[in-house]
Amino acid sequence: MSEHPLLSVRDLKVDFPTRRGTLKAIDGISFDIARGEILGVVGESGAGKSLTGSAIIGLLEPPGRISGGEVRLKGDRIDNLPAKAMRHIRGKRIGMIFQDPLTSLNPLFTIGEQIVETIMAHLPVSEREARERAVHLLDEVGIPAASQRLGAYPHQFSGGMRQRVVIALALCAEPELVIADEPTTALDVSVQAQIIRLLKRICRDHGASVMLITHDMGVIAETCDRVAVMYSGRIAEIGPVADVVRAPRHPYTIGLMGAIPTLDATEDRLTQIPGSMPRLDAIPSGCAFNPRCAHVFARCRQERPEPIDVGSSKVACWLAEEDGSRTIVDKKKADQLS
Amino acid sequence: MTEMASPRTAATSRIARLLDSDILHSFLRSKVTIAAAFLTLLFFAGAIFAPIVAPHDPFDLAGISILDARLPPAWMEGGDARFLLGTDDQGRDVFSAILYGSRISLAVGFMSVILAATVGILLGLTAGYMGGRIDAFIMRIAEVQLTFPAILIALLIDGAARGIFGNLDREKYVFWILVFSISLSLWVQFARTVRGSTLVERGKEYVQAARLIGIPPFLIMIRHVLPNVLGPALVIATINLALAIITEATLSFLGVGVPPTQPSLGTLIRIGNDFLFSGEWWIAIFPGAALALLVLAVNLLGDWLRDALNPKLR
Amino acid sequence: MPPVVEVSNLSRTFDVSKPWLNRVLERAPKAYLKAAQDISFSIGKGETFALVGESGSGKSTVAKMVVGLLAASEGEIRIDGVDMRKSRNTAAMRGLRRRIQMIFQDPYASLNPRWRVDRIIAEPIRAFGLERGEQAISARVGELLELVRLNPRDGAKYPHEFSGGQRQRICIARALASRPEFIVCDEPTSALDVSVQAQILNLMRDLQDEFGLTYLFISHDLAVVRHMAARIGVMYLGRLVEVAKAGELFGNPQHPYTRMLLEAIPDLNMTGRPRKAVEGEIPNPINPPPGCSFHPRCPLANERCRIERPAFLTRQPATGVACHAVEEGRA
Repeated sequence: MSEHPLLSVRDLKVDFPTRRGTLKAIDGISFDIARGEILGVVGESGAGKSLTGSAIIGLLEPPGRISGGEVRLKGDRIDNLPAKAMRHIRGKRIGMIFQDPLTSLNPLFTIGEQIVETIMAHLPVSEREARERAVHLLDEVGIPAASQRLGAYPHQFSGGMRQRVVIALALCAEPELVIADEPTTALDVSVQAQIIRLLKRICRDHGASVMLITHDMGVIAETCDRVAVMYSGRIAEIGPVADVVRAPRHPYTIGLMGAIPTLDATEDRLTQIPGSMPRLDAIPSGCAFNPRCAHVFARCRQERPEPIDVGSSKVACWLAEEDGSRTIVDKKKADQLS
Repeated sequence: MTEMASPRTAATSRIARLLDSDILHSFLRSKVTIAAAFLTLLFFAGAIFAPIVAPHDPFDLAGISILDARLPPAWMEGGDARFLLGTDDQGRDVFSAILYGSRISLAVGFMSVILAATVGILLGLTAGYMGGRIDAFIMRIAEVQLTFPAILIALLIDGAARGIFGNLDREKYVFWILVFSISLSLWVQFARTVRGSTLVERGKEYVQAARLIGIPPFLIMIRHVLPNVLGPALVIATINLALAIITEATLSFLGVGVPPTQPSLGTLIRIGNDFLFSGEWWIAIFPGAALALLVLAVNLLGDWLRDALNPKLR
Repeated sequence: MPPVVEVSNLSRTFDVSKPWLNRVLERAPKAYLKAAQDISFSIGKGETFALVGESGSGKSTVAKMVVGLLAASEGEIRIDGVDMRKSRNTAAMRGLRRRIQMIFQDPYASLNPRWRVDRIIAEPIRAFGLERGEQAISARVGELLELVRLNPRDGAKYPHEFSGGQRQRICIARALASRPEFIVCDEPTSALDVSVQAQILNLMRDLQDEFGLTYLFISHDLAVVRHMAARIGVMYLGRLVEVAKAGELFGNPQHPYTRMLLEAIPDLNMTGRPRKAVEGEIPNPINPPPGCSFHPRCPLANERCRIERPAFLTRQPATGVACHAVEEGRA
C-alpha cells in the first residue's frame, strides 16, 4: 500500500461532446500528489485546471465526461466508481473548497448543523462528540467565540469568515486530500493572505494533502511544494515550485512569469505573450502553444511533445528534448528572446 | 501585432449564421416542437386562406340551407359527404365555421398581443431605465391592473361600450373592444419582465459608456437597451398569444364577445353548447378540440422558445 | 504646469435605507452609506495617478464621479480648471465630455452584444460629430482598430467573436475614438488573464506615450498599480489614507494600512522575507468604526485613534497621509 502516492492521475482525458464535434477539454494529463504534499495547479482561464479538480472528485457537469485515463486514490481507482461510492469518498476522503463559500454552505441551516451533520455522516461519533469536534474545528480555523457561533447562519458571516467555515467543513471528516478550487479569488487582498496561511497550516496539522487550483502564481509560490502549469488542457511543466517559479523551462511558463507585474520591478514594459489561449475547438496540432511561442520550429507544429524529465521537473517542450540545457533560460534571456 | 486578431470566424452571412445557430438546432432536435410548429402553421394557413380552403362560406346566407341543419359528421349515419364535420343548427358547415372562426380568434389574439407588447415593453423600458418616481408610478398602476381579472375588465368595457355606442353599433366596434380589453390585462406581464431585464442591462457597462458620451436617455433606451431585452418579451408574447385566444373564447362563450353572425371559436362553442345534451355533440366538440389544439400548440412553441433563449437551461 | 484634473473634498453618500413602510414598522432609522468622503487629489498632464483599495473602499465611486456618471454629494471636480458641476450647460459640458473617457472593468459587459464592433467604436465619433461622412467615419474606425493592434476587418464582427483581451482592446479603441486627453481606467485588467493583462497594460502605456494621455487608474492590485502609476492614493472605507509617489509608497509606506496591504501580497520571488500576519477584515461601510476607521485592525492604534479622526496631512505637494501615529512619530 505505502508505495502508492496518495493521488495518482494517469493520462486523464475529459471530453465535451457537442454537435460540432468533441471538445478535448483535458487531453492526457498525468501527475501524482504525495502524502502531505501541496500541489498547485495553475493556468489561465480555459486551461482546464478546474475541470481537472471536478474530474477527480467525479463532479463533472454533463455533457463533460472522463474519456480516458485513470485516477487512483492510494492505489484504488476512483474514476469509475458508482455515484454512491463516490459520494462517500467526497467529504470523507477528499474534502472540497470552492471559490464562492456560498456554494458549499446551505443558507437554510446553521453552520453548526452543517458541520455536525457532515461529521456524523462520515465518522462513527455521537452527536455530542460531533459538536465538540465542530467547536474545536471552528476554533482552529480562527472563528472567534466558536461555541457561540455554531447557531449562526452563513449570511451572518463576512466573506473571509465564511471561507474559514468552508475550510472547517472540508476538514471535518479528516480527509486525506483537500481540493481547493480558487479558494481566495473572491476575497479581498488582505483577507486572501490570511486564508492561504490558514489553509496551509491546517492541512499540515491534519496531515492532509492539498491540490490547490488557482490562476494566481503568487499564491502558488507562497503555498505549494510542487506546481503543475496547465495550458489548453495539458500540463506544460510540472515540478518543485522553487524551480518552476525561479527558473521556468517551458516557454509558456517563462512568458507567464514575465507577464506578472511585481512590486520591485521597475522596467517599463512587461513581457508579453502574443495572442491568447486557443479555444477548445481550435487547438493547434502539435504543441498547443506553438502559435504563440517565440522558439517554435517545425517539429512543434507537427508532433505533440510529451513531458520529459529536465532536472527535477517535467517539461512538455521539444526544446527540452532537443537539448536539455538550451531551455534552461533565465527570465532575462527570455525577455530578450521574445 | 495586427495578426493577433485571428479571424476566428469570418464574418458570415445572416443566413449561414441562422443555419448554424443553436436555436435552429434545438428546434430540429425536439419532435414535439416541430409538431407544434406544424400545427400552428396549419391553423394560420387555414385561417388566412379560409375563403379559398373552406368548402362553404358559413356567412353567405344564400349558400346555407336550414334543411341541412344539425347533420352529423360525414362518417356517421345520416351524415352528408358535403359536410365533413357536420352542420350546426342553421345548416352551416362546422369545418368551414372552424376555419373562419380561427381567423377571428387568431386576429383578436394577435392584435391584443401586439398592442399589449407595445405598451408593456415601452412602459417597462421606461420604468426600468428611468427608475425613481416614474418607475414607482408605472409599477403601481401595473399592480392595480393585476388585481382585476381580464374577464371582469372586458365585461366592464363591453358594458361601457354598449352604453356609449348602443347595441347595434356595438358589432362594428366589438373586435376592437375585445382587443383593447384583452391587451389591458396582458401588458402588465410585458412591463414587469422588460423592467426586470432593463434593470439588469442598465447596470451594464455598455450603457454607462453610452451615457458617458452624452447620448440622451431616450436613445440609449431604444438603441442599446431595447434590443437586449426583446428576447424574454418574445417568449411572453408567444405564451400570451395562447392566453389571448383563450380569453377571447371565454368572452365569446359568455356572450360578450363577437356576435354569432361572425363567430369565433368561442362563439361556435357557445352555440354548440345549447345542443350538447340533445345529441348534436359535434357542433360544440369540434370547435372545442380545435381551440384546445391551437392553444396547446402555441403554448408548446412558447415553452420551447423560452428554453432555447435561456442559455442556462440548454 | 497646472494639473489637468483637480478633485477637492469630493464626497458621495448613498441612501441605503429600507423602504418607508419597513422603516415605520421596524422603527429603523434611515441608513446612509458614505461611499467616498473628503477625497482630494490632482493629476498632472500625462501623469498616471492610481487609486488602490479593497472592496468597499470607494475607489470606483470616485471614478464614476470624476467622469460624471455619478453626481457628487459634495466637493468639486475641475478638469483644466473648468468645474464639472457648474458647467451643466450643454456646450461646455459636451466639450468636456469629449475629453474625458473611461475604460471599464468587465470586457464582457462593456460592449453592446447586439452591435457590430465598427458601430460600437463609431458611436462616440458620431455623438460628437468628429468626422463628416460615412467614409471618413469608417476610415477612422479602421485606424482606431489598428491603434489597438486589431485588424480593421474585425469591425464587421460582433463582440462575442472576440476573446476577453481583444474585447478590452475594442473598449480602448472606443475610448480613444473621441480623441480624449484624460482616461479613467476602472480595474481595466482585473477580469483578464495574466498574459493578456500584460498585453493590455503595455498597450495602455504605449498609447499614453503616443497621445500624451492622462490616466486615473483604479485597481485593487498593488503590483499592477506599481507598474502603471507615478503617484498612488490608497483608499480605505471611503477615505484617502495615503498619497505618495510610487517609489516612496512601496519603499517607505507610511500608513499602517498601506503597510498591511503590502504585507498581504504573495511573494513571487520566494525570498522568504519574514512577514507579519495580516489581521481582521474590512468593517461594514454602513457602520464604520468611529475615529480612524482603520483602528480596529491597526497595530499602532491608541485611545486617540478610537475617538478622533486623523486629518489628511499634506507633506510635499500632492502627497500625504492621514494617521495619528505617523503625525506623532509613533509609526
